Amino acid sequence: MTIQFNDETFRNDYTFRNSDWAIKRFPFPFHEDSYMYSVNMEQHQGGPKGSIYEKRFDVDEHYLAEMKDRALVLAEDPLRCQSLPHMTLAGWDLLELIMISKSEDYPDLFKLHRNGNNWRWINKPMGIDDSFVFMDEATLPYGPMEYITRQTQGDFAVLDQRDDNLWMDAGMVTTQADWSLDFDIGMNFFEWHAPVPKAHEMGIFVRALKFLLNIQQGMPARRLNWTMTVNPLLDTSPENYHKWGIQKTTLTPENVGEKQYLRVELQTFFRLPRSNALVFPIRCYLIALQDLTTVPKWGRRLHRVIRDLPEELATYKGFIDNRPMIVDYLSKFDDGLPTSDGIWPDLDSEPPLKA
Amino acid sequence: MSAGTNKIAVTVTDVVQLNELVKRFRFERSDGGPLPTFSGGAHTVVEMQDGDVHRLNPYSLMSNPMDQSAYTISVRRDDQGRGGSLFMHERVKPGDAMTISYPVNLFSLDLRARKHLMIAGGIGITPFLAQIKQLDVMNGRFELHYACRSEALGSYVDELTATHPNNVHIYYDDQQQAIDLENLLDGQPLGTHIYVCGPKGMINWVRGKAAELGWPREAVHYEEFLAPQSGKPFEVKLAVSNKVVQVGEHQSLLEAIEAAGVDAPYLCRGGACGQCETDVIGYDGKFLHRDHWLEDDQRASGKKIMPCVSRFEGKTLVLDR
Repeated sequence: MTIQFNDETFRNDYTFRNSDWAIKRFPFPFHEDSYMYSVNMEQHQGGPKGSIYEKRFDVDEHYLAEMKDRALVLAEDPLRCQSLPHMTLAGWDLLELIMISKSEDYPDLFKLHRNGNNWRWINKPMGIDDSFVFMDEATLPYGPMEYITRQTQGDFAVLDQRDDNLWMDAGMVTTQADWSLDFDIGMNFFEWHAPVPKAHEMGIFVRALKFLLNIQQGMPARRLNWTMTVNPLLDTSPENYHKWGIQKTTLTPENVGEKQYLRVELQTFFRLPRSNALVFPIRCYLIALQDLTTVPKWGRRLHRVIRDLPEELATYKGFIDNRPMIVDYLSKFDDGLPTSDGIWPDLDSEPPLKA
Repeated sequence: MSAGTNKIAVTVTDVVQLNELVKRFRFERSDGGPLPTFSGGAHTVVEMQDGDVHRLNPYSLMSNPMDQSAYTISVRRDDQGRGGSLFMHERVKPGDAMTISYPVNLFSLDLRARKHLMIAGGIGITPFLAQIKQLDVMNGRFELHYACRSEALGSYVDELTATHPNNVHIYYDDQQQAIDLENLLDGQPLGTHIYVCGPKGMINWVRGKAAELGWPREAVHYEEFLAPQSGKPFEVKLAVSNKVVQVGEHQSLLEAIEAAGVDAPYLCRGGACGQCETDVIGYDGKFLHRDHWLEDDQRASGKKIMPCVSRFEGKTLVLDR
């Protein structure tokens, strides 16, 4: 299908909108009526047609607007993109992975011509047509990781693997749920996860690390994570907390459906061949509660999940103060009927909301 | 899910007898497509159908990691082994169809190193051949110290000394040449990483000396694939799949589990990677732990076994598999 790219903003006037198509394919993260951490990994080898799982790097109607927002963030704060000196090879790995994946998965939007190390990359939506020499940094306007991630939705953490651990040694991070690459750069897996409550005691990170260290070439994995954001803000960074944190106080019972967003991350993991590094793309999807609740199953379930979430998690995810207002709003979409298993909307089989 | 790796159908396109003990094999994709690139130090698991026995042996990739047209491996014949190397030497011919795994790297270069100091013994040279080709492309600084039994058995010595005359140092046992390890380690610049691949004795010698001289543990890398050893046959009960399996004299526990049709995880099949770690539910007898994955307290607990290389002697063994 041809994608109609939205002209929209993620700041100031917040003109971001999801079309009906985007709402129906939204990655709803709850497979049952409650939530607790788990190492909920599965293979990332495609998914239902049209779903966000189908392609290796999903491109949707927000592509151009997200890339514009990324450029604005980087212009204000270049430290959102960093790569330690030993990570350049991993940057080339990532550039190759994305160019090959996108040109194969979206041949009408992206083209890659390779003649030995002489490559030509055409990104039609962004109007880019660049020829360069693979593995020769001087032939690109940015380093390889920055070049390709300025053209790809989602944040990217590029992790070096050594000493039975993963190290946050490179990344492009402008759409993050309140964490900072500049703070985490050079940290290992346990260090950068230190602020997460409960999961350490549950042994989640030891198991997750073991899984990640063993992800092999050609066998990428994925999981969903989530939080809540007021206004469709991509850049909810610690660096800019003084700008967005205060917006959480603007929520009222009248505007909660429109201003409160569920923020879902599609996290994928790919082993990079030449460097043996691991790349961790974190793709952010936003949806207003008033749009999400147009799917009856999701409205019922989200109410139950948010209502019953342990206090530590609501605090960590940053919406503990607004939870009563959110639950009150969502309760209007929960008629108490049972919900079907799994994350899919099941619009044909799930009953509409009882009046 | 067993291997955590995809498989590749390949055709053997060349077999070269390098010397009395070593043969080199070249694999190309049977469908003609490009093979995945890899990182120096990676291995592939080669599947062999040897009569009734299905063998899976890991071999280091020695070709240029950037070369997607073919992979090469070198196999040293082990007349005392269980038969994998003999199968490769005696049965595999150009034109044969085989199955190999995607590359897996348990011995990768630390790309932060200012200098890579490589120490190889015998067939342990193979991962370094790929790493050196990778470093050539990246202009990485390295030095190789390679001990062989004799000139006649010095695999790839000519190639290495011709292409890197200033970085390669060869030692022949039969000429009483030996690596002066203490001086070698003592003279290295700050930021050097050590890599050692060879016989167990050599690995222990290098790791021990480096520790003695105060090298950080993180700067010393080694790879040793153990071949499973033969042993007395024994019986194992697999609790999850509800099967009782006989492990033959020349069969590993992992191979017996697989032969029974039970899907078990693995990567290296050499006691190194930890992927096949299995919980023991009950036992009456004695474990013969041969891996270098489990810690001493885990071995003493009687609750874990690495079925790729370890065995059991006794009445009953029940595994959570």
